[in-house]
Amino acid sequence: MTSAPLYTLRDVRQVYGARTVLDIPALTVQRGEVLAVVGPSGAGKSTLLRLMALLEAPAQGEMLLHLNDERVTAETASIAQRRLLAMVFQRPALLSRNVRANVAYGLRLRGERNGQKRVEAALERVSLTHLANAHPRTLSGGEMQRVAVARALVLEPRVLLLDEPTANLDPYNVRLIESLIREQHTAHETTIILVTHNIFQARRLATRVVLLLEGALIEEGSAEEFFDSPRDPRTAAFLSGEFVY
Amino acid sequence: MWRSLQVTASALVFSAAVGVPVGTWLALTRFRGQRVLNALIYTGMGLPPVVVGLVVYLFLSNSGPLGNLAWLFTIKAMVVAQVIIATPLVVGVTMSSVRAVDPALRVQLRALGATRWQATVAALVEARFGVIVGLVAGFGSIISEVGAVMLVGGNIDGRTRVLTTAVVLETRRGNFDVALALGIILLTLSFAANLIMVMGQGKLAES
Repeated sequence: MTSAPLYTLRDVRQVYGARTVLDIPALTVQRGEVLAVVGPSGAGKSTLLRLMALLEAPAQGEMLLHLNDERVTAETASIAQRRLLAMVFQRPALLSRNVRANVAYGLRLRGERNGQKRVEAALERVSLTHLANAHPRTLSGGEMQRVAVARALVLEPRVLLLDEPTANLDPYNVRLIESLIREQHTAHETTIILVTHNIFQARRLATRVVLLLEGALIEEGSAEEFFDSPRDPRTAAFLSGEFVY
Repeated sequence: MWRSLQVTASALVFSAAVGVPVGTWLALTRFRGQRVLNALIYTGMGLPPVVVGLVVYLFLSNSGPLGNLAWLFTIKAMVVAQVIIATPLVVGVTMSSVRAVDPALRVQLRALGATRWQATVAALVEARFGVIVGLVAGFGSIISEVGAVMLVGGNIDGRTRVLTTAVVLETRRGNFDVALALGIILLTLSFAANLIMVMGQGKLAES
């Protein structure tokens, strides 16, 4: 594995209106890691993820993404570079076409005409082959989220960004989606950035963890360090569930 | 009858070519004065056709600013008036149906690698039923229009007489049977055209 980091953030601040929602002096993400971003709601986790997905640019500071010896930002990334990333959102918004067409959408955008096999394989992975012709409005919440996961995985992204992918799902779907994430990481060395408020999920999946509180980076460390010997008392408080905010 | 269809079809094509892109753009952008513009468009959806006819007449008349085009009392003048009547309908309905598409969808499609253009096309496809309703409404207002086409077309036999103006004329002459027959033809045409559009809608739904 190369030693060059995938993301480098320096003095990144994001501001919505008059409110600073994110203020990170420094953060790097290494290639091939599963980074969990944890924290209570409103901590800036999703904002950080949107920056990393190149969906928005920081108000101040710099976030660089290193792709194929190039360093790009939200403003400079080409469409081909953007297409190395894929993101799954907490509340999936699907197209009003059948499940198969939804999963195929990203490939069609890329002009890949012979993606049927990949689409079928992705449907198989999320156990939705039997619903391939179903319309999204007939699906359950868990099934919709699996469609959203499949439409991202089918793209074989270099970086997979997940924003609370299992919030409000039942244990069966949580387990299924978590196993897909794990599989994607071990089989393809995909870099995965997972935003979650669920520390148990972070513990199950992450190789490294970052805690955000009110837009500030409180602690950053390997999963072991983070869970077993947190340096910051606020991390310990957050882990024990007695965090007040 | 063919003239009716010709005028209606060309006016609808122009209205759609202008109205669908403008409506989509208005739905997806935010700027100052947008509410006022919306109110203007909604007013445009209910423009009194006779007033449109009058204004087009004044513009195209010999002493008007566009008088040298010599379009008055031609098919072209009728199409112009129809486009002015139907375009706000197409814009307004397209705008509100594209606006009803979940804004999160466009962001998520962008995050799957869609260009701005691709995400916009996808939003328009999501709004397809509404857009077709807009076209149906535009079609309805065009084919049933009398006052404006009478004013700017002149209801000249063999040149600018269309079904609606012929119905007016035959009724005035007391030829109620002819007028009624023309009315039935008009309704049948309208039904056939709407049937085609609804079938198209069904096709889209399957894709």
